Amino acid sequence: MHWKLTATAAGLAMLASSGLANAAGELNIYNWGNYTSPEMIKKFEEAFDVKVTLTDYDSNDTALAKVRQGGHGFDIVVPSASVIPIWIREDLLLETNPNQMENFKNVAERWKDVPFDPGRKYTVPWQWGTVGLSVNTADYKGDINTSAIFLDPPAELEGKINVIPEMADVMHLAITYMGGEPCTADKAILKQVRDKLLEAKPKWISMNYGNIEAMTKRDFLATVNWNGASLRMREQDPNIKYGYPKEGYPIWMDNVAVLKDAKNVENAKLFMNFIMDPQNAAMISDFAKYANGIDGSEEFMPASMADAPEIVVPEELQAAGTFALTCPEEARNLYTAIWTELQK
Amino acid sequence: MAGAAETARKAERDDIRKRWLLSAPALLIIFFAAAGPLAIVVVYSFLEPGSYGDVRWTFSTDAWVSVILQRDIFDETLSIADAHVAIFWRSVLLSLATTVFAFLFGFPTAYFIATRPERTRALWLFLITIPFWTNLLIRTFAIQEVIRNEGLLNVALMKLGLISAPIQIIYTDTAIMIGMLYVYLPLMVLPLYASMEKLDFRLVEAGYDLYATRFQVLRRIILPMVKPGIVAGSILVFIPSLGAYVTPRILGGGRNLMLGNLIELQFGQGRNWPLGASLSITLLVIVMAALLIYIRYAGTGGRNHG
Repeated sequence: MHWKLTATAAGLAMLASSGLANAAGELNIYNWGNYTSPEMIKKFEEAFDVKVTLTDYDSNDTALAKVRQGGHGFDIVVPSASVIPIWIREDLLLETNPNQMENFKNVAERWKDVPFDPGRKYTVPWQWGTVGLSVNTADYKGDINTSAIFLDPPAELEGKINVIPEMADVMHLAITYMGGEPCTADKAILKQVRDKLLEAKPKWISMNYGNIEAMTKRDFLATVNWNGASLRMREQDPNIKYGYPKEGYPIWMDNVAVLKDAKNVENAKLFMNFIMDPQNAAMISDFAKYANGIDGSEEFMPASMADAPEIVVPEELQAAGTFALTCPEEARNLYTAIWTELQK
Repeated sequence: MAGAAETARKAERDDIRKRWLLSAPALLIIFFAAAGPLAIVVVYSFLEPGSYGDVRWTFSTDAWVSVILQRDIFDETLSIADAHVAIFWRSVLLSLATTVFAFLFGFPTAYFIATRPERTRALWLFLITIPFWTNLLIRTFAIQEVIRNEGLLNVALMKLGLISAPIQIIYTDTAIMIGMLYVYLPLMVLPLYASMEKLDFRLVEAGYDLYATRFQVLRRIILPMVKPGIVAGSILVFIPSLGAYVTPRILGGGRNLMLGNLIELQFGQGRNWPLGASLSITLLVIVMAALLIYIRYAGTGGRNHG
């Protein structure tokens, strides 16, 4: 989902699209880095004679700040569910009514009507997944289905743990670990959360994105991580396993939306419909290794993905996952304060 | 008589107007490209943060207060923002260390080049400038490949049997310093070389003739004469180190911030643009202080040689 400094995918996509310099139409996509399948983009370009330009961002905040400044020239953006209500409230998204589109029937029942975009008037699913822990099991044999991996680290992992600098996700993990509800503004719990985070921080080695290479090259032995990134790690090193914290973990979804000031609205709508086609959705998943929320896409995915432990949540750990929504401002202000204290 | 004075005044006025017109392009550039944006930064530092980034147009000095003071999240008491102070201190200390090491490595290098025969000097200087052809980001990643746990350095040391487990260099303050040293070393070598090139080596010979030891020659003759180069080189290394962003971000691992990263945090996930703006101005003030010290040092004693 979020890899800064990895422009490789964007570069590939641009290479792939350079053959279509004289295409009839254009489409400018603003998406997370290393997240968009170049093959899928190529297929779209050839099918509709459209030249696609891809630009990367590394966090929801970056994307929101840039789009709000105006003059960005993007047509499509892919924000996380937790911030979609902000995008809608700030009047940045165009009501394209994807629920009326031809391929909307393929969207899985679970994702058809969602609290962050009731009735799906603005967005279509891109990919969804969980935030958990990737652990190199060659070095640590204990239970990995717990946030203790990074909050009360075992001796084997001490000084070799990375934590992604993603405030909402890390706070979710830490709050549920201390027994609180996600999005709580209860100061008694939050004080414990802060103390726990500050106590754990000296045992971490870094707070970085872009950790696939660092894990496979053993700079880290464990990291807070997104499930798809963890799957990509396991493909390079079978010892790297993914844990679902039993105390609680966030489930997220990134969604394709069209910007209100988009210049290529028709192409953007074509793209929305295009990615709800199971075959195309499978291409997206095949590249970034997350589930896509489109029924029937499994048939087009490699068998190794269909039953991957990073994607299929074990029965007994399903209840621990909570869908991440925007927390109320009061809670968020407290989180930001804790986060700043942690990052200093 | 009055008429002549009038004509002279008019000529003077015309002259002044012409000067203003001629310097207008430069003044416009200075205003729009330097003073203007800086003024926006100053204005933003006195506003309130918006909920999702950006600013609310309400006057507030909160940002400036929180540069040095912090309000406890839970009991609301004010205390010195030890975290900010720690980051400032780390930035200054690391930049100083980088400067000192750059001098220790740069001085012999510059001396070596300055004492080569004239026709080969250009080649040596050329070699020093080669790293500048590559983007800073690429050079930083290269350093990362050298010092990481399975990187060149650790693997070589382990193969030689000197260490049994990799030395943890990457994601430490030492890594940040190594990175900055590598990146900024040419900025020390070049001004040092410029000073040394002008050095009259007959004075060095004279020193030896008068029974000075090697150390005395270095301390009493060479160092005083290349002082302008030392000061210029130190400033050129110290200032960019202080504001370094990419190097600490990649080699430092984002856990221990430097000033540049702290500022970035406020404009990103911290969603506190006013605090980011006031921290930027604080950095600017530190750099100005360093420059003032430079002017004072360079202004005395250096004039005859530099």
